Amino acid sequence: MPRKLMKGNHAAVYGAILAGCKAYYGYPITPASEIAESASALFPKFGRTFLQAESEVAAINMVYGAAGCGQRVLTGSSGPGISLKQEGLSYCAASALPCVVIDIMRGGPGLGNIGPEQSDYNQVIKGGGHGNYKVIVLAPNSAQEMCDLTMLAFELADKYRNPVFVLTDGVIGQMMEVVELPEPVTELPDKSEWAIYGTADSRHLINSIYLDHDDLEQWNRELMKKYAIIQKNEVRVEEYRMDDAEIVAIGYGSSSRVLRSAIGIARERGIKLGMLRPITLFPFPVDEIAELADRGLKGILTVEMSDGQLVDDVNLALSGKMISDLHNRMGGNVPTALEICEKVSELYGV
Amino acid sequence: MIMAQKTVLRKPKGFIDVYRHKPGAEKDRTHYCPGCGHGIIHKLIAEALEDFDIVEKTIIISPVGCSVFAYYYFHTGNLQVPHGRAPAVATSVSRANPDSVVISYQGDGDLAAIGGNNILQAANRGENMVVFFVNNAIYGMTGGQMAPTTLEGQITTTTPYGRNVKTDGYPIQVCEIINQLTAPVYVVRTSLHDMPNIRKTRAAVRKAVLNARDKKGFSFVEILSMCPSGWKMDSVPAQNWIKENMIPRFPLDTFRDISEDTPAIERPVPVMDPDEVKKILGYSVLSDSNFEKNPDAALEKVALRVAGFGGQGIMSAGIALANVGMEYGYNVSWLPSYGPEMRGGTANCSVKIQEDTIGASECTEPNLVIAMNQPSLEKFEKILVPEGTLIYNTTLINIEPSRGDIKVYPIPITGIADELGDTRVQSMVNVGAFAAVTGMFDPGEIENLMSFLFKGKPESVIKLNEKAVRKGYEYVKENFS
Amino acid sequence: MNENRKYPFPEIDSDICKGCALCVASCPKDVLVISEKLNSKGFHYSEYVGDGCIGCGNCYYVCPEPSAVTVYMKNYVPEEVS
Ligand SMILES: Cc1ncc(C[n+]2csc(CCOP(=O)(O)OP(=O)(O)O)c2C)c(N)n1
Ligand code: SF4
Ligand code: SF4
Ligand code: SF4
Repeated sequence: MPRKLMKGNHAAVYGAILAGCKAYYGYPITPASEIAESASALFPKFGRTFLQAESEVAAINMVYGAAGCGQRVLTGSSGPGISLKQEGLSYCAASALPCVVIDIMRGGPGLGNIGPEQSDYNQVIKGGGHGNYKVIVLAPNSAQEMCDLTMLAFELADKYRNPVFVLTDGVIGQMMEVVELPEPVTELPDKSEWAIYGTADSRHLINSIYLDHDDLEQWNRELMKKYAIIQKNEVRVEEYRMDDAEIVAIGYGSSSRVLRSAIGIARERGIKLGMLRPITLFPFPVDEIAELADRGLKGILTVEMSDGQLVDDVNLALSGKMISDLHNRMGGNVPTALEICEKVSELYGV
Repeated sequence: MIMAQKTVLRKPKGFIDVYRHKPGAEKDRTHYCPGCGHGIIHKLIAEALEDFDIVEKTIIISPVGCSVFAYYYFHTGNLQVPHGRAPAVATSVSRANPDSVVISYQGDGDLAAIGGNNILQAANRGENMVVFFVNNAIYGMTGGQMAPTTLEGQITTTTPYGRNVKTDGYPIQVCEIINQLTAPVYVVRTSLHDMPNIRKTRAAVRKAVLNARDKKGFSFVEILSMCPSGWKMDSVPAQNWIKENMIPRFPLDTFRDISEDTPAIERPVPVMDPDEVKKILGYSVLSDSNFEKNPDAALEKVALRVAGFGGQGIMSAGIALANVGMEYGYNVSWLPSYGPEMRGGTANCSVKIQEDTIGASECTEPNLVIAMNQPSLEKFEKILVPEGTLIYNTTLINIEPSRGDIKVYPIPITGIADELGDTRVQSMVNVGAFAAVTGMFDPGEIENLMSFLFKGKPESVIKLNEKAVRKGYEYVKENFS
Repeated sequence: MNENRKYPFPEIDSDICKGCALCVASCPKDVLVISEKLNSKGFHYSEYVGDGCIGCGNCYYVCPEPSAVTVYMKNYVPEEVS
């Protein structure tokens, strides 16, 4: 396979091109600007659309339009920009429009800083816009996964006619690693049942208004059914040194990379630490985490770069049978492997 | 087709026969109030689409406002969109379907308040679309609140004492603003207040949709329109109200009409063929050399920090090392320090080169540091692991490292580069020094990669950098063996 | 449609008409009036007095209800409808 040393942000754009994405609409924001920059360099080479929108609000609405016209379409942003996209995302989800959004999380709240954080977790995973809806969320932790999971994101978006997020942090976006470039997709799904092409047969309606209360409730129930199917079919996790683990750490994105290093150190010290890494955050690996409670573990430690947003979901999954501890860093700080090992020793007396 | 030729004037074919998307029993009539201007404008649009035989290729964007349900009526592709965003949606719809006629239909609150920027930017890009801007000086849908176009002194439900321009600002003249932009081809304001003006509106509607059909770019048609309910008056007096109150503030005019002289917009056809995609991405020229790892290397796993001033080739040294590591089949990662530091002069990056899968990419406990200036030496020497290796740039650093438990390689890196005639090759001097210190890379093989690392650069640059690698390598071999 | 009618003439769907009277005001021949009667939606609908229409189309273009007004012109050939 051809391979290339590339930044995570860049790899995601390659993934989009390979997945047959026809348009990128976005507004610059550090640390996601490189996605827009590399899209601006690459997309025109393929006669595909790159447009720097006037705002994230405009960008997500352009995504809505392109998706309504059946295109695979991408936008990228970070914290403040994602906040602005939420109304449009609610519309996309409500109108069952497939689209992909990459969020390279930065420090918050407010303007915060441009260091890596994972504090968009709630606003992304919980469907941060108005109304009842969910988005599928994939959480890559390497440049390779930035490419692969972006491709998967397009596939899942079309499969479920739903927005899909690729959610990671500044470190994964900025970091360069070797990416083995996959084959481009050869066939795109048929959307002629609902997409608008400006032709006689495609005079469809893209809409989210249901004036009748029963109709809207019915539509909400259909969405709930869809999310239940996604929950059942699409959970993805990585397990690392879980076989003999006595303590399990849970983390995604950058924290999972640090956890891998921490496990290396811990094992040298004779501490049996393992890791469960959610690759999908919605669907959340509820069963996989619930099952941990039956293993007779010494402890579960959630490591995140946010204020407990992830550990809340972990504990919800554990439903009181065990309670996960939390180790977190914020403000642009990334936990270190040593720091985690010390925390493990301190918490579990190992 | 001109009107005189028509033998019957009836519901145009631009409308759906039965308004099937409309809930309830009344699928044969609109939801608009009696005498509402929206209905008149809808009919003019539907008629034009039929007359020019473009109903099938038209896509209408319904806004938020009373015309939110425009999609009930038009027998076209329809998208209903968030408040104010119709021009943004119309942009991507038009880009996706360049042969279609895209219409953004908007009220004054939608277009001039919440969507003010979106309309300006779409106009400024000269998107191939028509905007029908229905100016009724009020928010109809939400029950008659102040709009950006509400007149001075006009009473609305949120200006119960009349619009006070001192606190609420002045009624916005949108055509005049759009006309400041370079790209639009047709900018016109018409009115529904009497028959001659309805006919002028009809002509403007027809011209605008033809512009879109002929891909002429951005056409903007503002129409002064009655909102009898919001204005709390009957329809005919509402027409008079336009004439007497709105027209003085919103003069009727063709502000611009350059569509004749404007060439049609051409959009590229997307390349989707997988082989062509691979070709453009350069799959065949991506390097795939598999150099043999050195079993006797001094280091078999590197966690490196390169640090110095911006401009000392810190980032490029790190990237070059990661690239070379890749060619040896190692797992590699490179992480820049990014952020405000980038601008402030100091820079550093983390590079990992190892056999196993890489965990954290930031080297918080490096086993190798290359310090290119004094602050970097002071900062990163401290975090080296015991027995770690320090390479430092004696050209710019005149203090000694303080730790005794590390290996040190003082090398005049900048000096070597300067001797070669170009300070910028410091990064490759570092690469050479790295190869010698770690024993991981062979300088000859690095030289083989030069044309890949400096793809597109002139031969002289490649040769110079080759020399730099060699010099860095030799300096270590000669002075520290 | 009444075959004996004199072309041109307007045909107003009294059930769909919302009684806004824009057509009445726009008719140069004053041959439209608002009826005393109410339609099923409670509107006083517009009516043609039966004579005098010149087929100018004003009532058609001013009417906000797409299917309320049809104007048959002088040279109208009934077959065309079907
Ligand atoms: C984000 C958002 N804010 C506010 C509203 C409520 N809203 C619906 S229509 C409307 C005003 C529309 O007025 P205008 O554009 O003048 O259209 P008209 O109804 O007069 O035709 C508002 C504020 C909304 N739907 N969405
Ligand atoms: S409120 Fe005004 S704009 Fe809305 S339908 Fe009624 S008359 Fe028309
Ligand atoms: S077509 Fe003209 S003359 Fe005839 S009824 Fe209508 S407005 Fe009056
Ligand atoms: S304009 Fe139309 S809706 Fe109004 S009164 Fe005349 S026919 Fe009826």
